[in-house]
Amino acid sequence: MLKQAIENLGNHTIQGVWRIGFASRFFLSMLLHSGTAFRRFGLTIREMYFTGVLSLIIILVSGLFVGMVLGLQGYETLQRYGSESALGTLVALSLVRELGPVLAGLLFASRAGSAITAEIGLMKATEQLSAMEMMAVDPIARVVAPRFWAGVISMPLLAALFSAMGVLGGYLVGVKLIGVDEGTFWSQMQGAVDFEQDILNGVIKSVVFGIAVTTIALFEGYDAPPTAEGVSGATTRTVVTSSLVVLALDFILTAFMFRGLN
Amino acid sequence: MNRTVLDFWVGLFVIAGIGALLFLALKVGSMSTVNSADSYEVIADFQNIGGLKPRAPVKSAGVVVGRVADIRFDNEKYEAAVTLRLDKRYAFPKDSSAAIMTSGLLGEQYVGLEAGGDNQKLKDKDRILITQDAVVLENLIGQFLYGKAQEGAPK
Repeated sequence: MLKQAIENLGNHTIQGVWRIGFASRFFLSMLLHSGTAFRRFGLTIREMYFTGVLSLIIILVSGLFVGMVLGLQGYETLQRYGSESALGTLVALSLVRELGPVLAGLLFASRAGSAITAEIGLMKATEQLSAMEMMAVDPIARVVAPRFWAGVISMPLLAALFSAMGVLGGYLVGVKLIGVDEGTFWSQMQGAVDFEQDILNGVIKSVVFGIAVTTIALFEGYDAPPTAEGVSGATTRTVVTSSLVVLALDFILTAFMFRGLN
Repeated sequence: MNRTVLDFWVGLFVIAGIGALLFLALKVGSMSTVNSADSYEVIADFQNIGGLKPRAPVKSAGVVVGRVADIRFDNEKYEAAVTLRLDKRYAFPKDSSAAIMTSGLLGEQYVGLEAGGDNQKLKDKDRILITQDAVVLENLIGQFLYGKAQEGAPK
């Protein structure tokens, strides 16, 4: 009984370490084989359409609504202290620093990451990847790397769009609906938001999230058991793992970036 | 899907993304251009401006009539020279006074303009001569304590 439990634990540990090792080798070979993704940039552009352009609707709409809710709730709290003039600062800082990259990353994981995993998992299940290898086409260079770079390029753009839409939503609710002074809204925001400290750090965050989410999605798809059940399980794991990784990475990055800032 | 259609949408996506970044950098981040048409500038010197920031509103009788365009330190008078950009629609007498006020207890600071009785109006680049500084909480508390101490002093 006890022996069984210990064996189970050992088995899980070995499996886990093996998967991490495989994932690292996968990540490295993806970077090494990225040449094709840039030489034949059409491949990457095609994937950018599927990961980036098709995620636009959900990103834009979510951004707008998150900004509008921030405007409403922020005003509700700030007006108790008579400082509703800080609404612009509140909306912009929370969006640019945290909500923009993180929520865009989570949406990106569920909208684009799951699709990538399912696609690659099915390619593997239907032996398209093996067929490519037979024709001496490297599936990592031809299929995986373009998707990776498309995700890495798309993600910061999506996060920036999310933040911009959020600020617009906060503006609509705060200034147009509630009637906070427009000049104060923008001037307080501009006074508080620093280009390097806030906006650039947000962009760095979104690039890191893009790398993490796309890598997890690609690896789960590539590693999925070639069955219907395996692909569905891999898709679920992609969304769960990459969401958790985005949140954990966000905490680590925030701790490094904004420590000592007010 | 057609290759050119694909390229078009991706191009549009990239343009929109970079546009959003520019929006964040210019409109959300730093100063953007303030329209200078239909306005005139007057200068007011303060000994202490407290937490007044550029682009803060200038109010008269509670109505926004302009914005703070610029704040700089006058190294000859050792005072803060605040440039107010006022709307052309509103003309103020030459002996109007400017005061730095706070909206709410912890709110932002703004410049309050009080109209005087002069027949001549303020013109571009004129100076407002009567000003009232921002209230510094420490001074206020200091005065209060000093007054209390005086009161309680033995006669």
